[in-house]
Amino acid sequence: MSEFINVLAYFFVIGGAVAIVIGLIGVYRMPDFFTRLHAASIVDTLGTIFIIFGLLLYSGINLVSAKLILIMLFVLITTPAAAHALAKSALHGNLRPMLDGEK
Amino acid sequence: MFDRNKLIHISGMLITLAALWLLLSGYFKPLLLFFGLVSIALVLVISLRMELIEYDKPDVLRQTLRSIPYGFWLLVEIFKANIDVCKRILNPSLPISPRLVRITSTQRGDLARTAYANSITLTPGTISIDVEGKEIEVHALAELGEETLATGEMDRRITAVEDKGYV
Repeated sequence: MSEFINVLAYFFVIGGAVAIVIGLIGVYRMPDFFTRLHAASIVDTLGTIFIIFGLLLYSGINLVSAKLILIMLFVLITTPAAAHALAKSALHGNLRPMLDGEK
Repeated sequence: MFDRNKLIHISGMLITLAALWLLLSGYFKPLLLFFGLVSIALVLVISLRMELIEYDKPDVLRQTLRSIPYGFWLLVEIFKANIDVCKRILNPSLPISPRLVRITSTQRGDLARTAYANSITLTPGTISIDVEGKEIEVHALAELGEETLATGEMDRRITAVEDKGYV
């Protein structure tokens, strides 16, 4: 049973790594600043959630897993604030987002 | 000296801080437990003196416990939105149509509106750029993200949580 859970943990951690790679490909492919932020938020959410969930499965239920959950909560609360600050300062710095039909 | 409501708020904060301290430290030696108690008392005294406790809202413990179901719903939404954005990125023709949308939020308090704007940004495909009063300006990657927001499901849920005094 613990073998199975370990394999599941590896699966989730690798899945998180794949999500981060997809996010980076997105940052590379997207045309302008705002659309790149969307791609970067994949790294923030899916990457973090998958990797920490994998580590949770690996550690089992103890104090470490409680701390991992707290880390996940903290990351999920702070990264949108950073993304919002970036987007807002870009918009107020007169960087106009590329809208549909201007490609 | 204290009325009932005040007592509930203070004890709720005490329990939350004590649980957080135990989770983060994991020590059960008497000396360290005493230090933990001192630090909790210090935090409580400071937040009482700064009048940080909002007595007209539910206490911290209740707020934390009752926003958990919304958190799980949000996780599912984040997962769905992630799959959509990943598909768009990996599609060779890059099918995006970025747009700016103004949506109206129905929350009353600042905390709930912050939670809403934060949830929007957390969901890939939508970023809240600006908040003016009750209006939130959202940059959406494609039509779909706008449509899921336009149904107002997330807005409705947060407002429901706020009205029941949850957030």
